[in-house]
Amino acid sequence: MKINHIALSAAALLLAGAAHAVEFKQVDAAKSSLAFTSKQMGVPVPGSFKKFTAQLAFDPAKPTAASTTLEIDLASIDAGSKDANDEVVGKQWFNVKAFPTAKFVSTGVKALGGNRFEAVGKMTIKGQTRDVTAPFTFKQDAANGVFDGAFVLKRMDFNIGEGPWSDVSAVANEIEIKFHVVAAPVAVAKK
Amino acid sequence: MNKPTERYTGPAIAAHWLIAILILAAFPLGLYMHELTLSPTKLKLYSYHKWIGMTVLLLFVPRILWRLTHRPPAPLPMPAWQHKIAEGTHHLLYLLMFLVPLSGWLMSSAKGFQVVYFGVLPIPDLIGKDKELGELLEEMHEVLSWSLITLVGLHLAGALKHHIIDKDSTLRRMLPFGK
Repeated sequence: MKINHIALSAAALLLAGAAHAVEFKQVDAAKSSLAFTSKQMGVPVPGSFKKFTAQLAFDPAKPTAASTTLEIDLASIDAGSKDANDEVVGKQWFNVKAFPTAKFVSTGVKALGGNRFEAVGKMTIKGQTRDVTAPFTFKQDAANGVFDGAFVLKRMDFNIGEGPWSDVSAVANEIEIKFHVVAAPVAVAKK
Repeated sequence: MNKPTERYTGPAIAAHWLIAILILAAFPLGLYMHELTLSPTKLKLYSYHKWIGMTVLLLFVPRILWRLTHRPPAPLPMPAWQHKIAEGTHHLLYLLMFLVPLSGWLMSSAKGFQVVYFGVLPIPDLIGKDKELGELLEEMHEVLSWSLITLVGLHLAGALKHHIIDKDSTLRRMLPFGK
């Protein structure tokens, strides 16, 4: 028993030595959030998506190797009021019956210096795929990796808000998206 | 009567009619927009309604200061009870032309929509988003608005009664460009 214990500790020590790289992979959905701000008649109206899943692999030492896939349950939207929530799931907006999810798949990550990075990728909403660039910061909070980013999405690129709602003087074309992702590290052996 | 009728001051007359026009525009607009289903038109009308209301609130401040520092013309001869009703109506009108836009502003904030004056000037939220408080303020705004418009009706009826039946200068002395 004792020998076993020592052997185990030694193995653990060895492993710790080998695992110098840490990759942030396990997204903590409860601590992460996806928020947005729309502008209605010049009035900023905050909203959010309550349900989304994210796959992530980020090693701050090798950011260019990072990748992420984000899937958003569009029906989980909170657009600021009950009226708005009922409206935006409808045909002219997200049409969630036909297009229940939005998806972002990264194609590359660039280091911008310091703790700043930039993810580029393909965003697919309502059958439309567009290139999206999202700058973000990365910091370590205790063991977890914390990603904070914001970018502007033009709703008309994805036909979000058709018919009378294509009037961007009422609801602005630019929607500010803000994401906050908390991910736990997974030790990976040095290759 | 040889003595010329004592008139209200220019600023008092201007403020009276400007606020009257704004109230008479905001009230039917409020009734109408409330019934619409969500659309860009509805968003626009709500904004216009709020901008009108904030304008009334802004104009109220110099108006009440002017009223407190300038004596209005002396009341024309009338029975004491009529004078009391006229005076009470005036006081309530002042109170409501302040409370109606104020309750609308607070309601908007409680419902999570900041008022942005003319779409460019953000007016601070005095209270945060609070669903129940928003519903309470909505009821208050409705009751206060109906009270205001009822008093405007009474005020108008009184002015017309003086003008048509008594044939005195009560209305004329508040008319713009009068003599």
